[in-house]
Amino acid sequence: MSDAPVLRMESVRKTFGDSVVLRDVDLEVAPHTVTALIGASGSGKSTLLRCANLLEDIDDGAIWLDGEEITDPRADQDAVRRRIGVVFQAYNLFPHMTVLENITLAPRRVHGVSRAEAEARARELLERLGLGGKSGEYPDRLSGGQQQRVAIVRALAVRPRLLLLDEVTAALDPELVGEVLTVVRDLKDDGMTMVLATHEMGFARDVADQVCFLDGGVVLERGTAEQVFGDPQQERTRRFLRRIVEAGRL
Amino acid sequence: MTVTKEESGQEDADDNGDMSGGGDGYVPSQRRIERERYTRARARRATAIAALSTLVTGVVLYLVVVNAPGWPRTKETFFSAEYAREAFPKVLEGLWLNVRLLLVCGVAVLVLGMLIAVARTLRGPVFFPLRALAAAYTDFFRGLPLIINLMIVVLGVPALRLQGVTVDPVLLGGTALTLTYSAYVAEVFRAGIESVHPSQRAAARSLGLTNRQALRHVVLPQAVRRQVPPLLNDLVSLQKDTGLVSIGGAVDAVRAADIIVGRSLNYTPYIVAGLVFVALTIPMTRFTDWVTARMDRRRAQGGAL
Repeated sequence: MSDAPVLRMESVRKTFGDSVVLRDVDLEVAPHTVTALIGASGSGKSTLLRCANLLEDIDDGAIWLDGEEITDPRADQDAVRRRIGVVFQAYNLFPHMTVLENITLAPRRVHGVSRAEAEARARELLERLGLGGKSGEYPDRLSGGQQQRVAIVRALAVRPRLLLLDEVTAALDPELVGEVLTVVRDLKDDGMTMVLATHEMGFARDVADQVCFLDGGVVLERGTAEQVFGDPQQERTRRFLRRIVEAGRL
Repeated sequence: MTVTKEESGQEDADDNGDMSGGGDGYVPSQRRIERERYTRARARRATAIAALSTLVTGVVLYLVVVNAPGWPRTKETFFSAEYAREAFPKVLEGLWLNVRLLLVCGVAVLVLGMLIAVARTLRGPVFFPLRALAAAYTDFFRGLPLIINLMIVVLGVPALRLQGVTVDPVLLGGTALTLTYSAYVAEVFRAGIESVHPSQRAAARSLGLTNRQALRHVVLPQAVRRQVPPLLNDLVSLQKDTGLVSIGGAVDAVRAADIIVGRSLNYTPYIVAGLVFVALTIPMTRFTDWVTARMDRRRAQGGAL
């Protein structure tokens, strides 16, 4: 297995009107590693993930997926998105479809997998994530934690090269956070390459190979979890972590 | 005058039918029995008051109408039993045409309205003319009075004496109705499409679905479901407006009544035709209310549609 980065960002700049959301962001994500993006709300974590999936156009810089520049205007955006799975903070399940239909939609319509094959894989994944009996339910009959696990299965069903997780536990009740984080940890053990924006610092320290602290759209500090959490170099990082500790989140 | 459930306390009485609920050997307390006796007594009193006040109002209305000056002549001109008997079968016969028009136009309107709505949401420079055309269409036909549209199509088109173009007032009338109602229904669909949260489209695109697949599998099914109540509303409206094709001479319920009125100068047939339309729309309206209430309930329970 080569160590060429799965995802690479160089000097990415993104603005919404007058506000600069990402400024000169560089990022490299090696295969089978987990990168955690931490930082206050509005620091640009979610925007970074949306740019990586081309849900937002960047203003400047470039992004590569497996060495191929995906921000090239001639790139096939749909083909790029097919290789990247996304899990959203608000789950974004399709409310008019059952769990099984949610999961098999993309494999069947986009990847041309047969119905039987798509459903078999969906059931296998549901089983693994402890959702065995839920395939016929509609999303509104499930708890938040179950919905988010279905959303993860939906993203995994197309066998993505890279998984982006955008604050996947932020909308969950505290007692449901654990079940989702367990799933993410299992995915890491399976070798899935992931980038996650998170407020769960304990989890980030646990699971991440690389931690990036974003502040005002800039990657202010990066390193291994031990470096960033144990020995932060920047005053702003220290202040951010202190606030988190005071709030009892670390 | 309707007696609502709250007024009559009917619901409370139903709930209290079985006081030994729970199956855990629970015996209702004296307090509860006393409370429920009071509620029931109040409910009975409310029902009695409602019945009495309805009766009084009815009698007063009846006396006012019957003693009004000109009532005998009004009764003879608008409510003649004899003319009603003569008109009823002919009106019903004509109504069959209205029903057929409703069915055919209803389907055509839904299809055309959906196409126009989708055309307006298409992106990309290639589709600019299509978008502009669809927008112009809805603006024009929503503003154009239906009666003018009908007169132009039903009376004006035959005057062209075009080869191969029908002069059948039913076909032309149906075309005019479809043109106008497609514009209304297109707007209903468009509102539905825009009401689907952008995060749904984002989720679909992030799975690799193309814009078109996202529209087809994710956006449109939700949009249509949400817009069922307003769509049914427009269909109720279309149902009664099928009566307007009579201006071209097609013998529908309205025209059938008109023929008798023209001969007898008694206006009872109009009343008959009017009531027949009302009778036809009431089930549809109630159905619309039922669907709307059901969807509101589902939304209230926290389920997205």
